[in-house]
Amino acid sequence: MSDDSNEVKLFALSTCVHCKNTKQYLEEHGVDYKCVFVDQLEGDERKAVLEEIRAHNPKLSFPTLVCGNGRVIVGFHKEDIKEALQL
Amino acid sequence: MSGPATPQALHDMLRKIQEPKGYFFNKDMDMTMPLLESLLVNKQRYGYMACPCRLALGEFEKDRDIVCPCVYREDDVKEYGACFCGLYVSQAWNDDEIPHDIVPERRPPEKLFG
Repeated sequence: MSDDSNEVKLFALSTCVHCKNTKQYLEEHGVDYKCVFVDQLEGDERKAVLEEIRAHNPKLSFPTLVCGNGRVIVGFHKEDIKEALQL
Repeated sequence: MSGPATPQALHDMLRKIQEPKGYFFNKDMDMTMPLLESLLVNKQRYGYMACPCRLALGEFEKDRDIVCPCVYREDDVKEYGACFCGLYVSQAWNDDEIPHDIVPERRPPEKLFG
């Protein structure tokens, strides 16, 4: 099992405009990231992902951006993302 | 699906209802229109307009608190001038008389597990 702990991961909803803006910002800055649309998951897979998010963001709100360097950014905070990923 | 079919039609219908109550659409149409479109997507998907920025379970009784306008809107607009997703705002928010802070989530996380 590959260690993806330093991977940039975005937990999002396909209907959320803040999530869309976060994705756009990451793409504009050429960030290599993985996006998980939690509203498109079901059953045990959704529960497992929610537990994963909860470890980073107990409020389970979206977007939750896990930066892979220990930083977690909840909401579309452009400046925080820029600083956390050194963009 | 009954009711307005386009974001613009939904905007025009809701505006008449919500503005008299003191809730205005976000002046940034790049926020408002996608959010209204997502409400129509969720209406199609779940049968009701679940908040586009919250994870719905797809069961009306369990999602009742996040059916737009959500039960959290009143407190959020009172405290931050905007609802969680940024669709509804106060006049002061739209007039830039108050800061445009990101609204933290009030909804108890356990609700996401049903």
